[in-house]
Amino acid sequence: MKSCLIVDDSKVIRMVARRILEELDFQAEEAVDGQEALDSCLRSMPDVVLLDWNMPVMNGIDFLRQLRQSEGGEGVIVVFCTTENDMPHIREAMEAGANEYIMKPFDKEIIEAKFSQVGLL
Amino acid sequence: MNAADFEYLSTVLRQRSGLVLSTEKGYLLESRLLPIARDEGLESLEDLVAKMRSKNDEKLLSAVTEAMTTNESFFFRDDRPFTIFREDTLPGLIASRSDTKKLRIWCAAASTGQEPYSLAMIIKDMEAQLAGWRIEILGTDLSSEVLEKAKVGLYSQFEVQRGLPIQLLMKYFEQQNEMWQINAAIRGMVQYKPFNLLDSFTSLGKFDVIFCRNVLIYFDQETKTDILERMSKLVAPDGSLFLGGAETVIGVTDKFAPVTGKRGVYGLAA
Repeated sequence: MKSCLIVDDSKVIRMVARRILEELDFQAEEAVDGQEALDSCLRSMPDVVLLDWNMPVMNGIDFLRQLRQSEGGEGVIVVFCTTENDMPHIREAMEAGANEYIMKPFDKEIIEAKFSQVGLL
Repeated sequence: MNAADFEYLSTVLRQRSGLVLSTEKGYLLESRLLPIARDEGLESLEDLVAKMRSKNDEKLLSAVTEAMTTNESFFFRDDRPFTIFREDTLPGLIASRSDTKKLRIWCAAASTGQEPYSLAMIIKDMEAQLAGWRIEILGTDLSSEVLEKAKVGLYSQFEVQRGLPIQLLMKYFEQQNEMWQINAAIRGMVQYKPFNLLDSFTSLGKFDVIFCRNVLIYFDQETKTDILERMSKLVAPDGSLFLGGAETVIGVTDKFAPVTGKRGVYGLAA
C-alpha cells in the first residue's frame, strides 16, 4: 500500500482528501503546515505528498524546496492542491520540483487522473 | 413521460441520428430536454413532445437531437489509446509516409474538441520530426453547438484537470479569467465540420487514422456494422481505427480486425 501525506491547514480538506485517498487504496497521513510535513517526511518519506500552498508556519512552496534538498526527499512525488489557480503559481511550483498540480476545488476524479499521470495508479 | 411520447422521441432520434434511446437512458431526457422546453416557453417534456408532434419544426427537432447526442469528453480520455498513438501509430506513419509527408486523421465524434486537441498536442510535441509535413485533423460531430465550443477551445478549470497533464496545460493553454483556452497554434491544427455518421462518407476523403471512440455504443447493431464497413473504405491499408473501451468490431464486422497487443486499436482485416 502506498502512503500519502496530506498537507493542508483545513481540517475539512484533509478529511475529504483522506476519504478519497483511502478509496484509492492509499495509507493517508496528515500534517497541518509545511513544517509539520517536513518533520514527518524526515522521520519517514511518504510515496506522495498532496500539498496546499497557503498555510501558517511554513507554506507549501517553502516546504517543497526544503524537501527537495533533504536526503531521500528528491524522489518523493509532490502534487500541489491549492486555490492558487494562475499560471505564475503553477510555473513557480513546477520549477520548484512539483510533479503535478491540482487547482481546488477537486474531486475524486481529478485526484485519480493526476495520480495516474504521475504513475501512482 | 408516457410510453407513446417515449416511443415518438425514440423514433425521431433513431431516424435523425441513429441513436438508440433505451429506457435506461430515459433519465437523460429531463436534464437534456427540459432546458429546450423552457426556451420554447413550455412547462414540461410532455408539452415539448406535443409541440414536436404538431409542428414539423426542423430547428426544434435538430435542437432535441443535438441535446440527446452530446457526450461528455475529456483530454487524453482513457490515456492508453493516446499512448499507443504517440508511441506506435504516429512513429509508424512517419516512417511509412516519409515520401508523401501527408497524414489525415478523423475524429468522428469530436464533441467539444478534447480528443482532436489531444492528438494535435501529441503531434505538436513531435514537430521536430514533422517539419515539412502536411497533417490534417478533421473533427466532426452531429452537434454544431458542441463544435462551436470546440472551435473556441475554451475550457473550465474542471475540464482541464481531467486527463490533461499540467505540463501540457502550461505549454499549450492560456488563462482567460476562470477559463483556459487552448492556444491558436493547436486550434489551427484542427478543422471542424458538423457531420452525421448516418450520411455518406464520400465527401470526407481517405484517412490514415480514425478515432471513433465512445459513439458506436449508442447505435444498434445494424447501424454499427454499416458505419464500420463504410469506415473500412476510407481508411488506408495500413491505417488504424481507434474505438472506445466498451466497443469492438468483433461480431459487428469482419472488415476490421483487432491489432494484437493494442487494445482498442483495429486495422483492416487481411
